[in-house]
Amino acid sequence: MGMAESILLTIATAATPLLIAAIGELVVERSGVLNLGVEGMMVMGAVCGFVAAALTGSPWLGVLCGILAGALFSLPFAFLTLNIATNQVATGLSLTLLGLGLSSMIGESFVGSPGVRLPNLFIPGLTELPLVGRLLFGQDPIFYLSILLVFAVTWFLFKTRTGLTLRSVGDNHASAHALGIPVIGYRYGAVLFGGACAGLAGAQLSLVYTPQWVENMTAGRGWIALALVVFASWRPLRVLAGAYLFGAVTIGQLHAQALGLGIPSQLLSSLPYLATIVVLVLISRNRRLTMINTPASLGRAFVPDR
Amino acid sequence: MVFVQSSAETAGPNLLEVRGLTKIFGTLKACDGVDLTIAKGEIHALLGENGAGKSTLVKMLFGSLEPNDGVISWNGEPVTIASPSMAKKLGIGMVFQHFSLFEALTAAENIALSLQADTPLSTISAKARALSYSYGLPLDPEALVGDLSVGERQRIEIIRCLLQTPDLIILDEPTSVLTPQEADKLFETLERLRAEGKSILYISHRLDEVRRLCDRATIMRHGKVVGHCDPRQETPSSLARMMVGSEVKNAERPPSAASGEEILGICGLSRKPAGPFSMPLKNIWLSVRAGEVLGIAGVAGNGQGEFFEAVSGEARQEAGDAIRIRGQQAGRLGISARRLLGAAFVPEERLGHGAAPRMKLSENLLLSRHRTDRKAFIGTGGFVKSGAIQSAAQRIIKAMDVRKSAPDPEAAALSGGNLQKFIIGRELDRQPALMVVNQPTWGVDAGAAARIRQALIELARGGSAVLVISQDLDELFEMSDAIAVMHNGELSKPIPIAEATLEKIGLLMGGAEPGHVHVSAETA
Amino acid sequence: MRLELVKRPQQSTLFAAISPLIALGLTLVAGAIVFAMLGENPFEALYYYFVDPLRELWSLHELAIKAAPLIIIAVGLSVCYLSNNWNIGAEGQFIMGGILGSMLPVLFPTFQGPLVLPLMLLMGLIGGAAYAAIPAILKTRFNTNEILTSLMLVYVAQFFLDWLVRGPWRNPEGNNFPETRRFHPDAVLPELFPADGRANLGIVFAIVAAILVWLLVSRTLKGFEVRVLGASPRAGRFAGFGTTKMVFFAFMLSGALAGLAGISEVSGAIGQLRPTISPGYGFAAIIVAFLGRLNPLGIIAAGFVLALTYLGGEAAQISIGVSDKVARVFQGMLLFFVLGCDTLIHYRIRLVRSALKSDAAAVAKAAEPASEGA
Repeated sequence: MGMAESILLTIATAATPLLIAAIGELVVERSGVLNLGVEGMMVMGAVCGFVAAALTGSPWLGVLCGILAGALFSLPFAFLTLNIATNQVATGLSLTLLGLGLSSMIGESFVGSPGVRLPNLFIPGLTELPLVGRLLFGQDPIFYLSILLVFAVTWFLFKTRTGLTLRSVGDNHASAHALGIPVIGYRYGAVLFGGACAGLAGAQLSLVYTPQWVENMTAGRGWIALALVVFASWRPLRVLAGAYLFGAVTIGQLHAQALGLGIPSQLLSSLPYLATIVVLVLISRNRRLTMINTPASLGRAFVPDR
Repeated sequence: MVFVQSSAETAGPNLLEVRGLTKIFGTLKACDGVDLTIAKGEIHALLGENGAGKSTLVKMLFGSLEPNDGVISWNGEPVTIASPSMAKKLGIGMVFQHFSLFEALTAAENIALSLQADTPLSTISAKARALSYSYGLPLDPEALVGDLSVGERQRIEIIRCLLQTPDLIILDEPTSVLTPQEADKLFETLERLRAEGKSILYISHRLDEVRRLCDRATIMRHGKVVGHCDPRQETPSSLARMMVGSEVKNAERPPSAASGEEILGICGLSRKPAGPFSMPLKNIWLSVRAGEVLGIAGVAGNGQGEFFEAVSGEARQEAGDAIRIRGQQAGRLGISARRLLGAAFVPEERLGHGAAPRMKLSENLLLSRHRTDRKAFIGTGGFVKSGAIQSAAQRIIKAMDVRKSAPDPEAAALSGGNLQKFIIGRELDRQPALMVVNQPTWGVDAGAAARIRQALIELARGGSAVLVISQDLDELFEMSDAIAVMHNGELSKPIPIAEATLEKIGLLMGGAEPGHVHVSAETA
Repeated sequence: MRLELVKRPQQSTLFAAISPLIALGLTLVAGAIVFAMLGENPFEALYYYFVDPLRELWSLHELAIKAAPLIIIAVGLSVCYLSNNWNIGAEGQFIMGGILGSMLPVLFPTFQGPLVLPLMLLMGLIGGAAYAAIPAILKTRFNTNEILTSLMLVYVAQFFLDWLVRGPWRNPEGNNFPETRRFHPDAVLPELFPADGRANLGIVFAIVAAILVWLLVSRTLKGFEVRVLGASPRAGRFAGFGTTKMVFFAFMLSGALAGLAGISEVSGAIGQLRPTISPGYGFAAIIVAFLGRLNPLGIIAAGFVLALTYLGGEAAQISIGVSDKVARVFQGMLLFFVLGCDTLIHYRIRLVRSALKSDAAAVAKAAEPASEGA
């Protein structure tokens, strides 16, 4: 396997969790809800996925548990913000804080225990192809799932009636309610989907990226995913591009650290976070464009009058 | 009062019968035992002033509000309408006063959302286009709603409603956003629908159109039905008496003394659109003199809000001389500095713009007066003199007869009319040299509206200049010494009230050649 | 069955006062359940967690040490959140205040005297304020979401501190340990009652800051400006208050206070810079701010409650062997319950039995003749 090929492979592995979490959050925000709990749901997915895989020996069960954990963990957020109209920013924050705390408690006795890695795909003939074989036909299943998700969400949002309704709820929840669209129902669906995606992204971290459990192992990836949604102007295909850009930055700084160029490793490590800021600045500068793209109800509490 | 037996009524059961419908919000009975009968093929008016409970009633008929008590019968069968989709299934369609549209979606997508699923979007576009032309309401299904005018938006609402082939169509104050000419077109459409056997529930507080269009009328006051009548047999004043419950006096307008100096001068004011869907202002010239009330008419969304922000200084201009207040260049000044020059402003939105909803009235007093009355209200170190603002608030409450439930309640706890009286009174209390008011009586009951109009006229007659922006033509004709019209971000020349007719103003509101009217205005 | 929110005509003063207490009660119940699931006697565990640390004087001193930074940061954050500026990067501003404030004792250890400490505190304030100005600039100039930028800057600050204590600022006589030299006595925050325990001047700063900010928010025109711009920005612009200025004011005030907390912690409780100088105070202070209902006086009480969860975690680990990670779970749950209970201030919550099924049948029946007619 050549150097370039292996770098590309690692970029894909680094980009996948960002991509999945961001796609989930994109659907949530398209429905008009801002869930800042991505980091918390992601780390819960990571710890539950790891623990389930370690206890049963099956990485597949681990993935399943990760998804379930993320979705379940999004429920208290959904209840508070949707049923009793709490502030979405603060509630999302508390989800992240609780997730980081709960995961470190659950995972405490698993720190340092050997992980189980989700096996890569192997198709005789295809996977062995030179150059593109490993890249296209030899990766882990979650990679393929992530790409599939991007296209499925694009199709859902822009080609289906349910997707249109979801976007309408995000644009103007009062109008949607007046038309008899069950606003809260749609938002519950979106928040649960976002939770499941974040959970899957977390499971990818602890079952593929670095098959082990380390406290706070998401290291801000949930927040970067949130930034990616803004960067992508709420369009799925742009999330794909953004996630791979960030994957490249992450891997690039790791390689630079290995080479030992005399640059402090701490500076290199903070590059993904600095890059997030730079990218956000660049994309937000055009106020008008941001205003058009942002779902108009984003972050606003909805209380139906009955 | 005359009770008429509609011909349809004898033919079979009524389309809709409502008995004892009641809705309670907290302690307020918004609807109190309301009875209503609508026959097949009639246009039925629901009359009442703001806050009489009309909107609450129709929201219950459309399933967006749940009644506390009462029976609704549809074609003789008692039904419970638990949601708008059930209402649609029954055959009830609704055109909302505050549209339920989605700005970021196209007209076709907006229509699709209220139809049953599984109709492909292309089919809906074609159907909508065909239907809209057949009713003389042309519509581009691919246009983004955010880019459309208010009149066009209403067309979408109507088409969306018609595509569901309803038997009963509810229209809530449909003409409040239309020019008189556009309203005529709407009436033709409605008459045609009646001819097709559909029933229409027409909600309005405009008596002329009700007398012209409707077969029967039900009149509401304070949540109760106070009468049924045939509007054609009534005079506007008899209808008004039923609505209000007492004689309503028009404001008295003594002859103008507008020979005074210019207080507000606007010279070539232009403004780029502030947001994705807002209107640019194009080269506006205007002069308001001491002693006069100048009215600005126009259909909603033609730049009135943007104009108000530019005059108030919430949006500043690049050129200082674009706005002059009492001879001083004010274009680059912010709102506080313009207030210091003697100007006062009352915006359209009461809650969230003119007042902070969750703050007390005394604190809301500070909102527009912390700078002009700094000495009286703010002590050393920036501390607020709470005694001073409270007694000033009580003074305003007394002067304007603001009715409230607590000594110093939150702004949101007041009714629309009482809050507006407080907001207007807050500015009058300063005796400003210039008063700019956007929609002074929007959503305000008749008694409060009369009081507000009278107070503004008196301010002008006392030597101040008053600029009133309103969509209510009756109001402008009652108050103004001259009326200018805003259309598409442009302002016509003011027409002196003696020469202004409903038709002339209506044409300008619809965007007719301003030159035509200019000539007649200048020859005067 | 469904929940229905009914808006109250006026805020409920009753619930405004007791909602934090209800939230505390719910947290205790949930905590008991967590302990029971961990196989502990819930009452015993809660006792060790929440009562035991309050029984000894030295332990009360520790409580004050932990409460001080929480209160100082949260008081600043309350101004931010009241004005609708979402600074969640106080942890980073805390670190930057700690770093800048430590410059004197670390780089100029020979410069001593009574002037050192005030200068350090001043530099701590400046460090935090300057770091908080970054998201404020980005928000006002480039319209960039301050939640994400302020948070990203936390990671950057952590890496910067790590680099300093392992690189240029490492103690030359410290056997390569990643820490700076220990501060000389003039650079250490004095203890209040050295005979009884370690509590230092930090808690005094906290209470003074809370009282001053309370006066500012509730009694002055500036405070009115903060509240109006936060609750109804459009009304704030109508009043002539500048949004841009307010963003800077809120961010830099909260940043300065976080920086003050940072240098107080470094100079008081730690005495030198290390790779980690905060057990998440900057984030826990968010919980403190909300538990105190964004009222600086309430925040004083809330700060002690959160400090108790830290101490209780340590105490419970020693006495009954429950992981001290439970502390963070408690803190997270507490914020959840606080936010939920705050709804009661503005709304009445009713459970409504819905009769949708029978309605659907009635409609279907009634719709038949209607569709025939169409």
